[in-house]
Amino acid sequence: MNWFIDAQIMEQKTGYLSDKSNLWLELLKKFSIKDWKNNLCNRLFGSKKVRGTWWRKLLLLWIIGWFLGSLWIFWFMNSQAVEKRREMLASMCDERARMLQDQFNVSMNHLQALAILISTFHHAKDPSAIDQITFARYAERTAFERPLTSGVAYAVKVLRSEREQFEKQQGWKIKRMDSTEQPPAREEDADLENRDEYAPVIFAQDTYRHVISFDMLTGKEDRENILRARESGKGVLTAPFRLLKSRRLGVILTYAVYKSELTSKATPAERIQAAIGYLGGIFDVEALVDKLLHQLACKHSMMVNVYDKTNPDEPIIMYGSNMTNVGLYHISTLNFGDPIRKHEMHCRFKQKSPLPWLAITTSIGTLVIALLVGYIFHATVSRIAKVEDDYRQMMELKGRAETADVAKSQFLATVSHEIRTPMNGVLGMLQMLMDTDLDITQEDYVRTAQASGKALVSLINEVLDQAKIESGKLELEAVPFDLRAVLDDILSLFYGKAQEKGLELAVYVSDQVPDVLVGDHGRIRQIITNLIGNSIKFTERGHIYLTVHIFEEVLNSLDKEVEVHSTDTLCGFPVANRRRSWESFKNFKLELPASDPSLLSTSSNHINLIISVEDTGVGIPLEAQSRVFTPFMQVGPSISRIHGGTGIGLSISKCLVGLMKGEIGFVSQPQIGSTFTFTVVLTRACTNSNEYKSSEFHGMIALVVDHRPARAKVTKYHLQRLGVNAILEIDPNQVLSRLTSGTSTINMVLVEKETWSKDSSIWPFIISKLKGNQLDIPKILLLANPTSSVKNNASSSMEYISTIITKPLRASMLQVSLRRAMGCGDGEHSRNGRLPQLSLRGLLHEKQILVVDDNIVNLRVAFGALKKYGAEVTCAESGKKAIGMLKPPHKFDACFMDIQMPEMDGFEATKRIREMEADINKQIECREVPVETFENVLHWHVPILAMTADVIQATHEECLRCGMDGYVSKPFEGEQLYREVTRFFKQPQKRIDNEVKC
Amino acid sequence: MSLMALREQLNGLVNSMFLEGLLDDQFEQLQMLQDESSPGFIAELITLFCGDSERILAELTKLLDQAVVDYQKVDAFVHQLKGSSSSVGAQHVKLACVQFRQFCEEHNKEGLKGIYFFRCLRALNVVKHEYYLLRGKFDTMLQLEQRIQAYESKQQI
Repeated sequence: MNWFIDAQIMEQKTGYLSDKSNLWLELLKKFSIKDWKNNLCNRLFGSKKVRGTWWRKLLLLWIIGWFLGSLWIFWFMNSQAVEKRREMLASMCDERARMLQDQFNVSMNHLQALAILISTFHHAKDPSAIDQITFARYAERTAFERPLTSGVAYAVKVLRSEREQFEKQQGWKIKRMDSTEQPPAREEDADLENRDEYAPVIFAQDTYRHVISFDMLTGKEDRENILRARESGKGVLTAPFRLLKSRRLGVILTYAVYKSELTSKATPAERIQAAIGYLGGIFDVEALVDKLLHQLACKHSMMVNVYDKTNPDEPIIMYGSNMTNVGLYHISTLNFGDPIRKHEMHCRFKQKSPLPWLAITTSIGTLVIALLVGYIFHATVSRIAKVEDDYRQMMELKGRAETADVAKSQFLATVSHEIRTPMNGVLGMLQMLMDTDLDITQEDYVRTAQASGKALVSLINEVLDQAKIESGKLELEAVPFDLRAVLDDILSLFYGKAQEKGLELAVYVSDQVPDVLVGDHGRIRQIITNLIGNSIKFTERGHIYLTVHIFEEVLNSLDKEVEVHSTDTLCGFPVANRRRSWESFKNFKLELPASDPSLLSTSSNHINLIISVEDTGVGIPLEAQSRVFTPFMQVGPSISRIHGGTGIGLSISKCLVGLMKGEIGFVSQPQIGSTFTFTVVLTRACTNSNEYKSSEFHGMIALVVDHRPARAKVTKYHLQRLGVNAILEIDPNQVLSRLTSGTSTINMVLVEKETWSKDSSIWPFIISKLKGNQLDIPKILLLANPTSSVKNNASSSMEYISTIITKPLRASMLQVSLRRAMGCGDGEHSRNGRLPQLSLRGLLHEKQILVVDDNIVNLRVAFGALKKYGAEVTCAESGKKAIGMLKPPHKFDACFMDIQMPEMDGFEATKRIREMEADINKQIECREVPVETFENVLHWHVPILAMTADVIQATHEECLRCGMDGYVSKPFEGEQLYREVTRFFKQPQKRIDNEVKC
Repeated sequence: MSLMALREQLNGLVNSMFLEGLLDDQFEQLQMLQDESSPGFIAELITLFCGDSERILAELTKLLDQAVVDYQKVDAFVHQLKGSSSSVGAQHVKLACVQFRQFCEEHNKEGLKGIYFFRCLRALNVVKHEYYLLRGKFDTMLQLEQRIQAYESKQQI
């Protein structure tokens, strides 16, 4: 930027300057731009220190350079002006000198003509044709011809011998020149007398009449002049002198008049001889030059001096005031025809030359611009430096903040580390204190203390969780899990709390949700636990309802469910419209236009779940709704006093949902309830297993009687998980017709407690009717809320009911209850379950089985289970022991091996056993040992079944790789055990074959 | 109290334990295992379980009390407890153990000393809590069974 401006300014500058300087400037420009580029590079890549010194130097150089530059500009322009002035002066001076010379020459020529006139008319004629009067008149009338002469006079050559005669003839005596000034002394008179010749003036112009009769040879200059003039035959000038009368400076030009015509080659002697008179012209130089200059314009602007420079050391000033030799002047030489005399004209301007304003302004302007540019540069560089400084400072601060953040984490870690010992002690001691004999008050105190301790611990955990999520250190797992089982677990967690408050707790999972999903179930559990925990906290009556749908399902149902009946809820209380809680979801809007959402779900492996928690609690005040997800923000300060908690749960949930590429939202109506909804993106699992689908109730039909369809839906969902087909019936009056007229037999009737008690009188009638019809009476089960169940147990109609199922419904619990209800009376239905047991008994009867497990409880259970099937069970507590016992020859038919054992795990033990067996088999094959030693068994291979709690594919493969024959899940499950055991017990076994042979 | 009443009481107790989720269907299977040939099976198992669990819990408490916690040992113990509780069908104890193990694993994974300590501690407390809750019920159950057996033997005499 800077250099760009700079270049521009330079271009402007070049406009001011002449062509000559352009080149130089361009060079400079190029150089400076190149410099700039270099500097730019330096600035970008050089170290800061180098940069700091460089730009200072450059700035200094720049200023100095431009200061010199402006000085140069000033000098250059000024000298140009001076030159111009000098030229002007020279031309003016020369012009004047030429004019003066011309006029002088004209005058001289005319004098020469006058001299010839005199020689012709005075000397050649006798008597003379000219007398004084004629001469004076003629001279006067021809004065315009001699512009520079103020007067002319003629002196005649008079020899000494002719003097007296001449004096007589003229009538006056020859006088000495200077006699007019002082009375002539006698001696001088005598001097006059003694001369050889005289040159008395005989004719003179009227103005100079006073010079008549003066002897010219007596005047010093005149004499010299005359002598030189007659020698040379040309006009001769005197040095300037004061004229006799006017006392002004003058010059006398003298011409010699010769008797006869002389050749140009005549010798000076001849000339002297021939001379007869002398014509003198008086030049009043001062007046004349004045007059001349007057004729020219601009006389006043110039000052002219005329010097006689015959003697160069002592110039005689002829015209002009004496002036100091300062300033501009010009010298022109004047040639007045006399080669001995040298004249010069000096000219100078009267005014001093004006100040060179243009040069001054230009140079100053340039300097100012350069300084401005320098300042801009300086400002920019210092700005850059400042910004850099700021940046560095910011970086430093950022670094410090980051360090502080690390320090914070370390502090948290350290503090929690330090807190743990006392907390451990406190909680442990409290636990121990609880076990001692305490009265009620003491126990209450201890309970409170323990609750506080636990709250503290959970607070720290939550804060750490939040910190971890914020720092992005939290990584999500991706493991297959059964969402329904997870939800059942959560429900059972809140069972106690819901029971205390008398809330109805229910879960519904859409059947479109796959059985096994891949994701982080722990985190999903955490979110749901958070939401349900909140709901329970703020709900005093009504229900909490957890629903799981597939996103597309919700989209499809959107149009149908426009009108939601406010009473059609789980417990009859109105709820907030949950659809509004996800209205703001981006995904929702994004996918809304998709015409066929089912395509979306099938095409990709991802599955978008939408999970809602609906409650009928106090709701969130409108003004607090905006900050629900802000950490540590609760609705009001009183909330934390009443309900406890830190207010961080929802914030963590939001973060977690965000990590799972989902969104969370809510809708809340004060005094009606809140619904929190979130979405998560999970992956479908390839395996598809439902632990309950294969239960003994598969294919059964159940009639659910409930006047609330929403609640009946939940019941139906749970029954369907067990494989039971459920038929919903709202009206109890229709039950009888349903039971009797249905094409398929209904195995059980599940009646909602509320519906039962609403018109309890109808039930005995129905049952008696059924009994009367001699039908296979279906079992009647009552669905009850935990609170209401106890008191009403004694109601009259209870005798007809097989079991009361306490809500919340969970698959496992429902299964147990149903089994209890169904199992006791009806053997037919548990046939599926019995079959493997009986077959197992056949298979395992009197088989020798070794069970290896380090856990004595597990050992005992396995022992009990296998013994039940008639097997002879031996136990071993470790892998090593098992190896010892399984060293051939041994009596065992099979071995059940736990995988995870200390010292030696199941895999290792199996490997060792297989190695051992292979060794012995080899020996037998090679006949190294007699077969009899090994009970005539040719090939030893004891079936080893792994016992494992986790039924993951990888474990299975690992089992097979280690030489195991199969695996059974722990704890034993009849069907699986049967399946696995049949695999190798049905195979023809060599041992048995051998026995048969023997 | 009559034999029937005692039986009913026992059934009620077991039922309530099922309902609360303390026990799962594994216990039911165990109940099926108990028959005339092994009358004291459940009682024996429960005693075994309780003894084993208490030993493990004591070990765990001791481990977590140390300045440097060996989380691998803790994990091994919790695994044992998880195994035995799932064998017995003690669902809540099992779930608590699963949670506990998760924290242990995270601890091993992250290597953050102290941060997960609390979770482990809390998890241990949860396990203990669940265990003591269960043991209370088991104690009652055993007592009832003993009384039933006593009755039965009396009647036989």
